[in-house]
Amino acid sequence: MCIFEILEARDLAPDVRYLRIKAPKIARRRKAGQFVIVRATPDGERIPLTIADSNAEDGWIALIVQGVGKTTKIVNLLEAGDAIRDVAGPLGMPSRIERFGTAVSIGGGVGTAIAYPTAVALKEAGSYVISIIGGRNSSYVLLEEEMRAVCDEVYPTTDDGSYGYHGFVTDKLTDLISERRHLDFVLAIGPIPMMKAVAEVTHPHGIETVVSLNPIMVDGTGMCGGCRVVVGEETKFACVDGPEFDAHQVDFDLLARRNRAYADFERRRDDEMDPECVIGRSHTAPGATS
Amino acid sequence: MKEFTLRERMTMARQTMPEQPPGERRANFSEVNLGFTAGLAVLEAQRCLMCSRTVCIDGCPVGVQITEFIDLVAEGDFDGAAKVIKRDNSLPAICGRVCPQEDQCEGACVLARKGRPIAIGALERFVADYERLNGLMTAEPPSVRSGKAVAIVGSGPAGLACATDLAKQGHDVTVFEALHALGGVLTYGIPEFRLPKEIVQAEVAQLEKLGVAFVTNAVIGMIDTLDDLLGEEGFDAVFVGVGAGLPRFPNIPGENLIGVYSANEFLTRVNLMKAYRPDSETPVYDVAGKRVAVFGGGNTAMDASRTALRLGAEKVAIVYRRSEEEMPARNEEIVHAHHEGVEFQMLTNPVEFLGDDEGFLTEMRLQAMELGESDDSGRRRPVPIAGSEWTEGVDMAVVAIGNSPNPLLPKTAADLEQTTRGTLVADDETGRTTKEGVFAGGDIVTGGATVILAMGAGRRAAASIDDYLRGGVWESKPAGVPV
Ligand SMILES: Cc1cc2nc3c(=O)[nH]c(=O)nc-3n(C[C@H](O)[C@H](O)[C@H](O)COP(=O)(O)OP(=O)(O)OC[C@H]3O[C@@H](n4cnc5c(N)ncnc54)[C@H](O)[C@@H]3O)c2cc1C
Ligand SMILES: Cc1cc2nc3c(=O)[nH]c(=O)nc-3n(C[C@H](O)[C@H](O)[C@H](O)COP(=O)(O)OP(=O)(O)OC[C@H]3O[C@@H](n4cnc5c(N)ncnc54)[C@H](O)[C@@H]3O)c2cc1C
Ligand code: SF4
Ligand code: SF4
Ligand code: FES
Repeated sequence: MCIFEILEARDLAPDVRYLRIKAPKIARRRKAGQFVIVRATPDGERIPLTIADSNAEDGWIALIVQGVGKTTKIVNLLEAGDAIRDVAGPLGMPSRIERFGTAVSIGGGVGTAIAYPTAVALKEAGSYVISIIGGRNSSYVLLEEEMRAVCDEVYPTTDDGSYGYHGFVTDKLTDLISERRHLDFVLAIGPIPMMKAVAEVTHPHGIETVVSLNPIMVDGTGMCGGCRVVVGEETKFACVDGPEFDAHQVDFDLLARRNRAYADFERRRDDEMDPECVIGRSHTAPGATS
Repeated sequence: MKEFTLRERMTMARQTMPEQPPGERRANFSEVNLGFTAGLAVLEAQRCLMCSRTVCIDGCPVGVQITEFIDLVAEGDFDGAAKVIKRDNSLPAICGRVCPQEDQCEGACVLARKGRPIAIGALERFVADYERLNGLMTAEPPSVRSGKAVAIVGSGPAGLACATDLAKQGHDVTVFEALHALGGVLTYGIPEFRLPKEIVQAEVAQLEKLGVAFVTNAVIGMIDTLDDLLGEEGFDAVFVGVGAGLPRFPNIPGENLIGVYSANEFLTRVNLMKAYRPDSETPVYDVAGKRVAVFGGGNTAMDASRTALRLGAEKVAIVYRRSEEEMPARNEEIVHAHHEGVEFQMLTNPVEFLGDDEGFLTEMRLQAMELGESDDSGRRRPVPIAGSEWTEGVDMAVVAIGNSPNPLLPKTAADLEQTTRGTLVADDETGRTTKEGVFAGGDIVTGGATVILAMGAGRRAAASIDDYLRGGVWESKPAGVPV
């Protein structure tokens, strides 16, 4: 049986860890936008995590994990030299990568980690890439350096103005649009209210917008239907049909409600869980504009 | 040992298998059936008339030598009996428990007409358990190796059976499984109280002793395509046994409310992820004291309803659009469900699910049905009765109306022909698909069927793979499938 060794583990922000994991096969196959399902302990839960980076030659993949509940917190206790028992993937459809005139990558909180590989791929495809990195405060502005290395313009934003642009990612996006910049494509990944707000900003301007959805998953192979989301009136399984979908078609309210299905259980299981910093949490999530 | 006359045999009562009392078992996940004792098994075996026309054997999809093994049971040679069964059925402890015997071996038994068929399934289960519990299972990799390597995709009954035969032929076999645990539906679908997971694990351990390698977390199509397996990964042939794991939904308003589960999700959370244990990391909807409706009439519906009872639901109803007679589930499961207190709401169909502001299921709208003309399958078609709709309160709904073939792998192999139903086109006798070196069998070819049929298909494919590997000629005449 494979054992997935952790080669490097470090903090990126409070409760956010960067893990580099030995997984040669996944590293060779994965494409931007895909994820893995991870099980940290023998009886543990299966959780989906995006592949934030990889190196096929050296045989590793990187995950960026925000400790929001029991399983992610356990993962974030791991150190280099430890091993993860189960890592299955790559899963999901790869991001649609094209050469766009100008593409904007918007990440809220740990969503930036999920957007990063796609931003890299868009740049490699020849697009002009603008990155907006949203955080509640300066310590939640993730991967700024990495984004600067690949993107043409990078705008950190903070809700409290402690760093970069003072305001929500949508405020910065609205500025870009009102500066009459021609934007061809927007990728938005973060808390549900943030993605919904971005969709509302771009819709009237007819800017093609894609979001990466984070419903609760179990198998990640299309077998359980737990991850179903509604896109343009149609039910889709996010793990095999997505996770990226046309933002203007997504029923965000349904997704937000479904993600609260086990709220009581999660609270009981992890009473010291901080409800403020959950990707996918609707009401109190970072970078939220609603 | 006492010999019975034919007349005595004909009048002896069918031995009933001891089981946990309904009141007790509906509160635990331990196996319901406790199995024959040696004494009961011998008595039951002695009832067999040893007919010269072995209609029972004709009734078994894989032709288990029923008279031969029952004869050995009657003589007390339980291990010998197990070995006889294993010539045709490599998973008797499982099939003895889950085969729809009343439609197969026992249904064909001459004594079935008197309502007292030989309890072939219970005997099969008994000897297989005897063999396992007494450490008599044998497995040794053959010393003569073929030098050929076969990849098996999917570790359900089709894959496991195929792997067994190929390993015994001296081929190097690797099983790739998408999940972290092996066994397919046997592990994530069928509950512990009907098929203890320890039995599936014992079968897997046997295969490991035969030299079969298992790779979990390997989603073929994503990590490797079939071409990768046949190319850079160096396999000489591939068997595809990925099952029918795509849950169907009724496509009615409200089916995405919280509390509406597919049976696959509900059972996976409980069986695979052990959500019934208090210390489980995986949540399942808390049904304690609540009302549950399960839609469907097959084994999956019975499993889901009885699982919900065991999680403490106050009321569990099976809602089925035909009548109880048409239910495809095994008889025993229907009887057990009744005894445990599951309610049966027949000739009823859901038309809508309703919820509260938070998106939680609170009510369902149902509709009465009546049976009309017979359809292609010979069953009378349920027709809605106009104006019969009503609303009932419900806290959790489980949809168990069937699964479609899993499209994930077929989608990544364009040269693998599919039918319009999404099943793979493969020759029934040889398992050969439209792609050279690729064989398939089980639910991915037939659509949702049974363990024994999947196993049989796996074994036929193994024989044909062995042929192909030794002769190297690819001849494929997949049966033309009506479009
Ligand atoms: C395709 C996809 C990619 C993701 N990528 C990342 C990533 O790169 N980095 C990252 O930090 N997080 C990512 N997530 C979210 C991550 O999977 C959840 O935060 C994690 O499952 C929560 O588990 P927990 O036990 O720690 O918390 P829990 O206590 O279980 O829950 C905390 C919160 O997370 C949500 N949640 C619970 N279980 C799941 C689940 N199985 N899937 C999704 N959300 C869940 C709940 O709604 C709850 O609000 C991704 C989710 C998806 C669907
Ligand atoms: C709840 C339930 C109860 C049932 N009860 C009975 C019963 O009592 N009696 C009976 O005879 N039958 C029963 N059945 C039906 C029976 O279980 C199936 O017919 C049988 O398991 C089919 O076997 P299989 O090997 O074709 O597929 P499966 O058992 O479905 O196994 C397929 C395996 O392939 C894996 N897989 C899928 N895609 C990939 C991929 N791309 N890469 C790698 N692995 C992959 C899956 O994870 C799975 O483990 C029941 C089914 C269900 C769902
Ligand atoms: S394999 Fe199934 S059908 Fe065949 S004899 Fe055994 S129980 Fe009966
Ligand atoms: S048909 Fe019934 S009685 Fe006759 S040999 Fe078979 S099991 Fe025995
Ligand atoms: S996670 Fe089970 S179908 Fe998507």
